[in-house]
Amino acid sequence: MENFDVIVVGGGPAGLSAALSAAKAGMKTVVIERGDYPGTKNVMGGILYTKATDMVVPEFWKEAPLERPIIEQRIAMLSGDESIMAGYRDPAWGVEPFNAHSILRVKFDSWLAKQAEKAGVLILTETLVEDLLYQDDRVVGVRTGRAEGDLGAKVVIIAEGVNNFLAVKAGLAKPLKPQAVAVTVKEVIALPKEKIEDRFCLDEGQGATIELYGDSTAGLMGVGFIYTNKESISIGVGAILDPMIRNNWTPNDLLENLKSKPYVKRLLQGGETKEYLAHLIPEGGYTSVPKLHRQGVLVVGDTAMLMNSLNREGSNLAMISGKIAGEVAAQTIKTGDVSDQAMTVYETRLRDSFVLKDLHHYRHMGMFFEKNEHLLKTYPKLLSQAAKMYLSADGTPKKARQKEIIKMAFEHRSKLGLIKDVYGAWRALL
Amino acid sequence: MHFVVCLKQVPDTSEVRIDPITNTLMREGVPSIINPYDAHALEEAMRLKEKVGGKVTIVSMGPPQAKEALKKAMSYGADRAILLSDRAFGGSDSLATAYILSSALKKIHETEPIDLVFAGKEAIDGDTAQTGPGIAQRLGFAQLTYVIKVKELTDKNVTVVRKTESGRQVVQAQLPALLTVEKELNDLRYATLPNMMKAAGYEPEMWNVKSLPFDLTQMGLKGSPTSVSRIFAPPGRDGGEIMDGTKDPTGTAASVVTKIFQQNILMVNPLAKGGNLQ
Repeated sequence: MENFDVIVVGGGPAGLSAALSAAKAGMKTVVIERGDYPGTKNVMGGILYTKATDMVVPEFWKEAPLERPIIEQRIAMLSGDESIMAGYRDPAWGVEPFNAHSILRVKFDSWLAKQAEKAGVLILTETLVEDLLYQDDRVVGVRTGRAEGDLGAKVVIIAEGVNNFLAVKAGLAKPLKPQAVAVTVKEVIALPKEKIEDRFCLDEGQGATIELYGDSTAGLMGVGFIYTNKESISIGVGAILDPMIRNNWTPNDLLENLKSKPYVKRLLQGGETKEYLAHLIPEGGYTSVPKLHRQGVLVVGDTAMLMNSLNREGSNLAMISGKIAGEVAAQTIKTGDVSDQAMTVYETRLRDSFVLKDLHHYRHMGMFFEKNEHLLKTYPKLLSQAAKMYLSADGTPKKARQKEIIKMAFEHRSKLGLIKDVYGAWRALL
Repeated sequence: MHFVVCLKQVPDTSEVRIDPITNTLMREGVPSIINPYDAHALEEAMRLKEKVGGKVTIVSMGPPQAKEALKKAMSYGADRAILLSDRAFGGSDSLATAYILSSALKKIHETEPIDLVFAGKEAIDGDTAQTGPGIAQRLGFAQLTYVIKVKELTDKNVTVVRKTESGRQVVQAQLPALLTVEKELNDLRYATLPNMMKAAGYEPEMWNVKSLPFDLTQMGLKGSPTSVSRIFAPPGRDGGEIMDGTKDPTGTAASVVTKIFQQNILMVNPLAKGGNLQ
């Protein structure tokens, strides 16, 4: 049996970042990936944040296969055929040091894997890790699905993604619950770059994002999104699994529903669907974070449920958790103590970083929306009716119009209800 | 015994499409794989090596990135891999490719005599099925094509089952021989973990135009008599007509039959007895 210092299970952003930082610290490191190559099994909406990535691969934007720097972020609230929009645009985000880029995971992850290989990481593909390898109670490596498939390691980093089979087997995590996981489906739709730039009012090479709430998810707890790539658009929609099942929605129906909205349809017109992707997203938030370590084991990325759904941040949390885990693995191996106690450094460092701080900050959010499902149905409708009444020029004096709007609002929701909603949202989000 | 496998890295044609305007292959983002028939050729060589002992050498011609295919092939347990890569080889058709590969095989044969050469029956990107036979011809080896089973291998002979249009042929040839193989020959194995690790660290030998006394006029575009005059995608088919048969099945069936004869899709044979449509 061949022995390594660090075995990383899974070649996603978390796993590759972990391997990179472990190898940079001089550790003999292997990544075991079940796909044909890193990237093939990896799915995300498609926004990569610059800061976190820069910490893993400094100045990655000079070489990495990126699509477009995001200079504008829009929020759209859909209600039937109507929409209300807000946005923020800063051309400064189009140049160094950037804020975020759209990417296509397949290209980016295989590039990231190459960086890991350059740092000395061995990447084994098409290989499934079936279990951890124990000696008495100590984790000493992994067992893969291949013949003569045992590999030894001092530290195993579990980066298997949202499907946490290994973490569950190791007694660190619980199986996923349909209340705490969203299913997101996405299409990559090819369009000429001139069309994309015209439709989104962009200069050459610049990118924009749109987050779509309200009817974009047919009132389910979730969000739709549209991201511009170089010569394609990523459009997707995700919703928590449990209400989807209860309301008999399939992911595909949700996506078709979003694509049929007039505002969305116009943006995609004439495009050709090139890819169809689906993925589970851990939405359980702070309370669903599993045990992050044990003797000889660290848990990172989606497996650790590190996902901030409100700010659609996941890959950056994954990469930072991976980077810290790689460093902690190296540090504990060097001191010769990989006990559970020694591994707590990893959790402490996560708590000191934005990763767990943000998750802790939004810890009530999931519960708030779960208990107030009506918010996603009532408010988009209410807002768009109010906007319509306010903006319609039909000869009604404005003073009277304002009264009408307030009256209409209270018909939808009582005064007390409104106050409760605002207070609840304030508590959950701010 | 010394087994040599000729192997080609090809674009995964199941994912290649043709640009409807320029009629060229859209290769961007299409993954490269080992030509599937060649993978079965390698598998058979590995099985025979495990049975009778010996060595498996892989030879390929292609751009430098074809190294990946060779490394992958090594993970199945092969012993040596050689990549023939040079700009001078670029643009070679099957005639020139057979010349280049057979030259390399001759050189290998001088130091380590070859008993059996394996190749896929054809590459999925070209579908010519000419390179394998071309190599056998130049080496003066017996050639057994479309092999679906290796029945027997002795020190002197190989006996195989060939797939032909009319059935199966059992043929015997003297060694050395070259076999081109079909997919039903065998089932591919999963590489063992130790072999994968070995392959990951393996660097294939790189041979270029200077590695051998090549005749430069027999390679590249100049040495390739094949010329492609035009590539086009066959026109897409119309959707056809769908008739609702739920309301009046008999009537619909009758109008289907009428349409079939009206459009001369089928014709009534006037000589056939009782050939009317009542």
